[in-house]
Amino acid sequence: MLVSLWFMFLTFPIMVIRVNTVENEIEWRWTRMVFIGISAFFLSFVWRYFIKKQETGGQNSSIGEFIKRAFNFNLILNRYKLQVFIIFSIIVVAFPFLFSIYQTNIMSTALIYVILGLGLNIVVGLAGLLDLGYVAFYAVGAYSYALLNYHFGIGFWLALPIGAGMGALFGILLGYPVLRLRGDYLAIVTLGFGEIIRLILENWNDFSFGPSGIANIPRPGFFGINFSLSAASNYLYFLLIGLTLLTIFVVNRLQDSRIGRAWIALREDEIACQAMGIDKTKTKLTAFALGATWAGMAGVLFAAKTTFINPASFTIWESIIILCVVVLGGMGSVIGVILGALVLILLPEYLRAFSEYRMLVFGFILVVMMIFRPGGIFPNIRRTYKFQENKNQLKKRL
Amino acid sequence: MNPILEVKNLTMRFGGLLALDSLTLNVRADEIVALIGPNGAGKTTFFNCITGIYNPTKGNVLIRPPGKKQININGIKPNHVTERGMARTFQNIRLFPNMTVLENVMIGRHCRMKAGIAGAVFRNKSTLAEEKQVVQDSYEILEKIGLNQFVNELAMNLPYGAQRRLEIARAMATDPFILLLDEPAAGMNPQETKELDDLILWIRDSEKISILLIEHDMKLVMSLSDRIYVVDYGKKIAQGTPVQIKADPKVIKAYLGEDTDV
Repeated sequence: MLVSLWFMFLTFPIMVIRVNTVENEIEWRWTRMVFIGISAFFLSFVWRYFIKKQETGGQNSSIGEFIKRAFNFNLILNRYKLQVFIIFSIIVVAFPFLFSIYQTNIMSTALIYVILGLGLNIVVGLAGLLDLGYVAFYAVGAYSYALLNYHFGIGFWLALPIGAGMGALFGILLGYPVLRLRGDYLAIVTLGFGEIIRLILENWNDFSFGPSGIANIPRPGFFGINFSLSAASNYLYFLLIGLTLLTIFVVNRLQDSRIGRAWIALREDEIACQAMGIDKTKTKLTAFALGATWAGMAGVLFAAKTTFINPASFTIWESIIILCVVVLGGMGSVIGVILGALVLILLPEYLRAFSEYRMLVFGFILVVMMIFRPGGIFPNIRRTYKFQENKNQLKKRL
Repeated sequence: MNPILEVKNLTMRFGGLLALDSLTLNVRADEIVALIGPNGAGKTTFFNCITGIYNPTKGNVLIRPPGKKQININGIKPNHVTERGMARTFQNIRLFPNMTVLENVMIGRHCRMKAGIAGAVFRNKSTLAEEKQVVQDSYEILEKIGLNQFVNELAMNLPYGAQRRLEIARAMATDPFILLLDEPAAGMNPQETKELDDLILWIRDSEKISILLIEHDMKLVMSLSDRIYVVDYGKKIAQGTPVQIKADPKVIKAYLGEDTDV
């Protein structure tokens, strides 16, 4: 009962009051309030039912179970690995030909976020360093391409490694002063760093052209062929698919290496980590630098995709979205981050059907997600080193 | 015989508090040395100072790895101390809880490995061989310590006694010539303490690793150690063999308090 009253109060301003600007009068839609009250009342029972089920079910949350049963996620992945892989690749390849340019562009944006998410996953998910200024490296990458192109006419393919390198450089620049910090303190410093970069870009007119940004950034070329608009967006889509695959490959390899192990150990216990002979400075800096490398690369891609950049694209909100991608998807989990990026970027687009309630529904989904699946959509089931006694062989399991 | 660990006049000051007051201590090869003292005497601070976690205010820490020259490790980083062959365990267990037992030991091998970023990404032959070797070595260490049954368990799921042993295994994986154990028997039952006793002797005798340990379990200390140092309020109040220490009135005073004749 209280719940429904609370919801009635919460939604009062948006659902009940409507200001008619044409006739300058306020419309009161009381019927809606009753409707919300009743539905909140019933929904609270559904809510409690799920919570109870989750509590009794222990680790396996009810919605998680439901999803698992509905899609047979693990089953499909384990038993039909090849089939799933083939179907998935067909969908990926056929996507731009089946859907409109609009859809392809949205997908490209989502893929940029997949790359960003995977990069941030190194810093946050593996090394456990909460970075709220990740967007700064994204901006560095984007502006590297835009400015190099503007001043020296450097093309996309050359700018891509330069942008990545610039990202890594700034990663180390930020990494050095914050080596001693952890957790909340680190988060605040990185937040400040992100804002500094944005403010510099906004105010240093001679250098970055300020808030008006840089326009006419060329799209990626392909041996000098000029594409039509739709071909260009398809090309960019495939380019992004390729780079996403590269990112997944590299991040996976890193995760399963000596360096990846050191990152995880650093996340688990910093002092023990040092006492076991791991160089904290070096390990943290590599995490920052490698994370920032992907952001720099994603920045170049972003600049090439939109052909216009200004500081407004690199606000704190972007950092938060990327962090959400990682947390929502499942920290440290590659599949999780990919799903997280797709959900977070595609959902608001496809929720356009709800028009003005779009962000409300979006927010609601996030809240529900975090309550019922706190580990993320696809929680990290880390591959661990398995030791088989009879074969004395290193085997990995998912 | 030359000491392999030589600590000279080590002083550590935290603001106005003198935690260690020019402490001098040495450990010779193949020796088990115990450092005892009442709670808050500065034993763990001493460990933190010589392993580089704290930077001592004054004094020198010198080590002599077998077959090498004596070096001063005063004020260098903890990871470099470990690299030079002095490994430690912690009083309150500091394992990597979400990593498996095998992975915990593999972290210990980290500083003896070389693979870099390029090696990780391209996974060339030498990296693969190194990884394989590390798994092999780590498993052998676990086998020796008797933890191989837990090899694929997460460290946090281990029984308490096994966690203590895993810390020792992890420290041994760094190939030390001296092992610093900070209260290895804390919280163990008599059976586990007995096993630990055997383990420490075995480490010294078979693995040829010298041991410096902090311990409160007097039975363990007296039966194991070749020599004992007693500290109180950061000052060394006695040193000698277990028999000497047992009879030392200063030690009894520090532990039991003074007789107060009214």
